[in-house]
Amino acid sequence: MRMKPADRRFHWSFLILFLMVVVIAALAIGQYTLAPSAVLKALLAPAIALPDTSSDAGIVIWNLRLPRIAAGLLVGAALAAAGTAYQGMFRNPLVSPDILGVSAGAGLGASLAILLGLSLPFVQGLAFAGGLIAVGTVYWVSGLVRRHDPILVLVLSGVAVGTLFGAGISLIKVLADPSVQLPSITFWLLGGLNGASREDLMLALPLVLAGLVPMILLRWHVNLLALADEEAAALGVDVHKLRRILIVAATLMTAAAVSIAGIVGWVGLVIPHVARLIAGSEFSRLLPTSILLGAGFLVIADTLARSVASIELPLGILTALVGAPAFIWLLARTGRSG
Amino acid sequence: MGMNRRHFLGLMGALTATPLLPARADAAESKQLLHLFGDLPPPSQVQRVLAAGAPAGVLVYTLAPETLLGWPMSMQGEKSRVVPEAYRNLPYLGRLAGRGSTMPLEKLLALKPDVIIDVGTVDDTYLSAAKRVHQQTGIPYLLVDGSLEDSPQQLQDVGQLLGVPDRAAKLATYAEKTLGVIDTMPANRPSVYLARGPKGLETGLPGSINTEVIALAGGRNAVQVESGGNLAQVSLEQLLHWQPDMIVTQSAGFFELAQSAAAWQHLPAIKNRQCYLLPEAPFGWLDGPPSVNRLVGINWLANKLQNPGSRRSDTKLWADKAADFYQLFYGTRPGIDIFAGQTVRL
Repeated sequence: MRMKPADRRFHWSFLILFLMVVVIAALAIGQYTLAPSAVLKALLAPAIALPDTSSDAGIVIWNLRLPRIAAGLLVGAALAAAGTAYQGMFRNPLVSPDILGVSAGAGLGASLAILLGLSLPFVQGLAFAGGLIAVGTVYWVSGLVRRHDPILVLVLSGVAVGTLFGAGISLIKVLADPSVQLPSITFWLLGGLNGASREDLMLALPLVLAGLVPMILLRWHVNLLALADEEAAALGVDVHKLRRILIVAATLMTAAAVSIAGIVGWVGLVIPHVARLIAGSEFSRLLPTSILLGAGFLVIADTLARSVASIELPLGILTALVGAPAFIWLLARTGRSG
Repeated sequence: MGMNRRHFLGLMGALTATPLLPARADAAESKQLLHLFGDLPPPSQVQRVLAAGAPAGVLVYTLAPETLLGWPMSMQGEKSRVVPEAYRNLPYLGRLAGRGSTMPLEKLLALKPDVIIDVGTVDDTYLSAAKRVHQQTGIPYLLVDGSLEDSPQQLQDVGQLLGVPDRAAKLATYAEKTLGVIDTMPANRPSVYLARGPKGLETGLPGSINTEVIALAGGRNAVQVESGGNLAQVSLEQLLHWQPDMIVTQSAGFFELAQSAAAWQHLPAIKNRQCYLLPEAPFGWLDGPPSVNRLVGINWLANKLQNPGSRRSDTKLWADKAADFYQLFYGTRPGIDIFAGQTVRL
């Protein structure tokens, strides 16, 4: 599986080029029609000190599109990284970042805030808290059960707690005012980056980084989780501690992403696969590949979400619509050549 | 299900949908708004009315509050303190809406209503659900069709059936007068954006039930989307493109955001202080529930569109006018604080 240095250079330059193309295209596309020259001018305005940042183009580019693209990059990267870590940790390719209930918890928190008529910071705050509480509960419950395979217990507790929180969401939907609150809850659960602002980024970025740094530092150890627990322990890895750190890191990232974007499925499940098809399963190469792909993919999906129709399409729908066919195509293609 | 089916078959022959004749004298002109399953008792004997959903709850409350058995929506909390205590403390019964029902049919039977009333745009799903409830319980079920534009007739028709034609006529006159304001609007209509949800980026599309107030007050929905539909999400980029002259909302959270978040400050409506937070107590002025409670919103918006700007005297004037509406429709005259407090900006 080892790549030659030349291959490796090509691999990274290709991914970075892909991301740049995506970001540039996303900057140029939108409902507010701007000529490419206007986009360029608005982008360069602060650098060459043109007093032009208050123009419409400046506002669209600097206050709306750039924060939204940055939020897309952040959310995509976070979900893909969390998915990659979980798939490695659970030794299971069907695992996604919400395996431990983080999405259900966040959904419950946000729905509750909307039901209570709270303002946006509270909706985001309760979503984040809900995600942490759900995963905390899963971890606590799994600690109570000692006689089974710890991975299996974690996954099963995740399913149970996720179902419980999901039932809570349904209950809130039933209780919500059908003409005012229910649509807000539904839109939130479908995910979306409309309204993403610099404030959102400032809140989510540190949390995502706080989750990412331990993953990067522990990248060599994560490979060993592919072995059975005893074998990994024999190689000097404290499996339980490593697992705990990874869960905390992935949960922080996912909860932060979900709190600003709502529930966006599919990215955390499929992007790690695509990354594995491209880069192999060695975690130190897989993680950055996954992050770059996830970030680019989410920006593509979000650009479509805001430009295809005359209204915003929910991001959660777009990621599935774009992601599923692309994934099937990739699967078929690599199957043939391999 | 065996029990239900037998019941169903037994009732099949006896009971069929019998649309009621319109009660008004100008029957030839008026639309057919009422769909009735079963036979209504004479108006004087309609003492116990069950409202199937929030819009019906408001309609029945405005016409004959003493007949209301309970609320289909929760009336707890700050929002409903305007409603007189006797009515505010009526039990929360849940709603009847086919699969979305939160009221058990057995509870419905135990309440022994003389009639069940539901208000809203009637389609086959609603008709069949109402028919089924009637067949299962034997209680007459009245569906009142129509949009806000039909509210004078809705008030009159339901008022007749509830035995309060005089009160209904008074309310219908107010409704008719309110709906007439649109005739005085200039051809060049200001555009209005309805901001919903905590982000303010959910809105009603043109033609949706959620934006009826804007259309009937003579405004133009700022959302420029041809396709029909109800609620949708939009982005700030689109708003910047559409340049609404005015933003109206019932979401206090969004109103706060619109004042503070940098990105919103570029919209002319925000810059010119044309963003208004409307009351939702006890029922919303724009929406929620979609019933006659919105008439006061039409009045307010039409006035605001004709005389833009917000002055202190306006708030006072509006507190008075709104209090008149509350007096007439809700039987209570709230103090100025609920219209000029921190929770609204008229």
